[in-house]
Amino acid sequence: MDAVFSGLASGFAVALDPFNLFLVLAGCFAGTLIGALPGIGPINGVAILLPIAYGLGFKPESAIILLAGIYYGAEYGGRISSILLNVPGDAGAVMTTLDGNPMARNGEAGKALSLSAVASFIGGTFSVILMSFFGPALASYAITFSPSDYVALMVFAFASLASLVGSNPVKTLLAAVIGLMLASIGIDANTGVARFTFGIPDILAGIDFLVVVIGLFGMAELIHLVEQQAAGTLKTLKIDKSFVTMKDLAFVKWTILRGSIIGFFIGILPGTGASVASAVAYGTEKRAARDASRFGEGDMRGLAAPEAANNASAGGAMVPMLTLGIPGSGTTAILLGALLLFNVTPGPLMFSQRPEIAWGLIASMYIGNIALLIINLPLVGLFARMLTIPQQFLTPLIAVLAFVGVYSVVSNPHDLYMITALGVFGWFLRKLQFSLAPVILGFVLGGLFEDNLRRALSISAGDWTILVSSFNSIALYLMAFLVVVVPIALSRRRRRLDEAESPKAPA
Amino acid sequence: MRLLNIASALLLAGVVSAPALAQEIDRPECVAPAKPGGGFDLTCRIAQQGLEKQLNGPMEVTFMPGGIGAVAINLFNTTRTDDPNAIVAFSSGSLLNMATGKYGQWGANDVRFLATAGTDYGAVIVRDDSPYKTLDDLMKVVEKDPGSVVMGAGGSVGSQDWMKAAILLKSKELDPRKMRYVAFDGGGEAIAGLLGGSIQVYLGDVGEMVSHLGTGEMRILATLSGERLPEPFADIPTAKELGYDAEWPIVRGYYMGKDVPDEAYNKWVDVFKAAYGTDEWAKLVKDKGLLPMDLSGKEMDADMKKRVERMTGIAKDAGLIQ
Repeated sequence: MDAVFSGLASGFAVALDPFNLFLVLAGCFAGTLIGALPGIGPINGVAILLPIAYGLGFKPESAIILLAGIYYGAEYGGRISSILLNVPGDAGAVMTTLDGNPMARNGEAGKALSLSAVASFIGGTFSVILMSFFGPALASYAITFSPSDYVALMVFAFASLASLVGSNPVKTLLAAVIGLMLASIGIDANTGVARFTFGIPDILAGIDFLVVVIGLFGMAELIHLVEQQAAGTLKTLKIDKSFVTMKDLAFVKWTILRGSIIGFFIGILPGTGASVASAVAYGTEKRAARDASRFGEGDMRGLAAPEAANNASAGGAMVPMLTLGIPGSGTTAILLGALLLFNVTPGPLMFSQRPEIAWGLIASMYIGNIALLIINLPLVGLFARMLTIPQQFLTPLIAVLAFVGVYSVVSNPHDLYMITALGVFGWFLRKLQFSLAPVILGFVLGGLFEDNLRRALSISAGDWTILVSSFNSIALYLMAFLVVVVPIALSRRRRRLDEAESPKAPA
Repeated sequence: MRLLNIASALLLAGVVSAPALAQEIDRPECVAPAKPGGGFDLTCRIAQQGLEKQLNGPMEVTFMPGGIGAVAINLFNTTRTDDPNAIVAFSSGSLLNMATGKYGQWGANDVRFLATAGTDYGAVIVRDDSPYKTLDDLMKVVEKDPGSVVMGAGGSVGSQDWMKAAILLKSKELDPRKMRYVAFDGGGEAIAGLLGGSIQVYLGDVGEMVSHLGTGEMRILATLSGERLPEPFADIPTAKELGYDAEWPIVRGYYMGKDVPDEAYNKWVDVFKAAYGTDEWAKLVKDKGLLPMDLSGKEMDADMKKRVERMTGIAKDAGLIQ
């Protein structure tokens, strides 16, 4: 423990160096903007700026502090376009649209933005604290998570998301199946055979998650807006000056804590990231809620849970990278590459060989989270005013941003056709009253589920008992069972109690 | 500034009457057929930084992801077949895709291989507390029952990561289809799988192990190189010297379109040849985790084509293609 405190002290000495402090702030600010732009998320933001940071000849600790600032800044910023435009700014912000956007439509954009900023801050800080004190122990636990345990985790995720089944379970299931089908496109990892590619080379490696999110959510939303505009049913929103109150925060305090814990632990697992974390946090919260009827229509808990979770997972993903040299997410893989570029070897030795980098980075994350809160709260009013931009200007602007965003990241014209086609497809689904979130979740979770199931079965040479052979997986199956059963049992009991109280109510 | 550079270069060229290469290549471009951050990006960065002096400025790096390089090779075989200013990064993985027909109709004869950036080698890696102390320990068990050892790597069946395991088994006339192979999504996840005990053997690369050496977590049983590698790998035997005919070099380099005229092609060859001798190039290649390999021009083109041929043979043996 003493080592942690002295390490943190030396880390703050590095991070509070005026130049590094400036870089933290610059990185956080740039990250917020990058996250807010539809299309460019943390992975691409860091990847695009890495050569620049290297080219400017910064010291390694300064460069990595800048890049990390961009990383969690982007996780913060992703919420902005989710809430205001119903277009996820990045993959981890998909769940934020579910309740964040309805809040904005109800005239509570300012409240939604400020509440989610606070939730993000708590989630982010929570994970940095856990990381500084228990990092190495947690990382060595995380790698014991075997493919069969991931299968159980995906089952748990699906179970907690069963709550997403809305008024029409068949449509929700169909939507999830569409997501699964999209995920199965591309070269199959286990046999090397190309599936459903129809000889098109551009989709040999599968459809990029970003393309699915921007297409199904972003483009579909734009077409929907244009349609409303043409039909003249579009409501213009008034400027709202709403802001989060202490009462709101008290209402969601346990939600934020649960979201932070879920996000952090899913984040430290290599192979799962912000999108899985926020989905599980949202699902669990909805299952756990006493009155879940307002979820999806602007419930504050439905906004706070995924936002706390996706920021906590960003911190969690740093744990295996810093302590073991194993990246826990796509973005940390690039950060790892950045460290190697500077001839710094991530892993246990980094804390003894290059403490200024390891602890400087951790300290900068404390500062970065505070900085993000300070940057974000005053900007809430400014961002909220975006909604008052007349739609005829806003819609083409978003379209341009989305196209430029996708092209700058993947630079393959084929993907521009893909987002257009997926947008039209998504719009049809919306017309048929499908919810689009299950498509995305089927895509992410289904892909992970298949990969890990087949990995587990190749490890066991086809023996299915491997799926229930570890403590982790049994515990997760148990939790999956509870998450499905407990709310049903509770609501039955409540109904019975209600009936007992008013037995003679006239029918 | 740029004008000044060009002017001084011209002057210099006039004085020493050396062939002035740089200014004749107009807006040089390196195409990385992937997203930023991966191995192809790295390959292009080597050219960008390493040829800066020879080209009088850094060249542009552009990304063309899609279909593990298929999109780029398609483009350079349809519209940019004679683009004299662009080079495309490739790796052994791309050669394997040519050999196994993953690039559709395009094969090794549809490009002009230009030069190498450097090379890496496959490595057989186990956890530090593994019962397999040597490659022989491991191979004895594998020979008895190929399905008894769980091997894994960061690529799918039929990928170059899988090939490392396949050629190891082939060296003892074992059927690669009988092994228990786990395909992870990238080296990071596979290393996590090895440390967590999901797999017993990881077929990785020498370059990525630099950062894990000295942590006491993993051991390299053998490298899949032709000869012993320099420090810090000098103590690690090659599979070949242990009696297993398994070599898997991972070449990184550049190709151009097949209709590029000789004149433009040779200009690029000269640029690479000029860079190869310098200390900057050697340091750059080392910093990016590669070992030196300086091949260019006709010699390199022939070498790559031979490699593709050899891979076709291995892929046929392994049952990947008919």
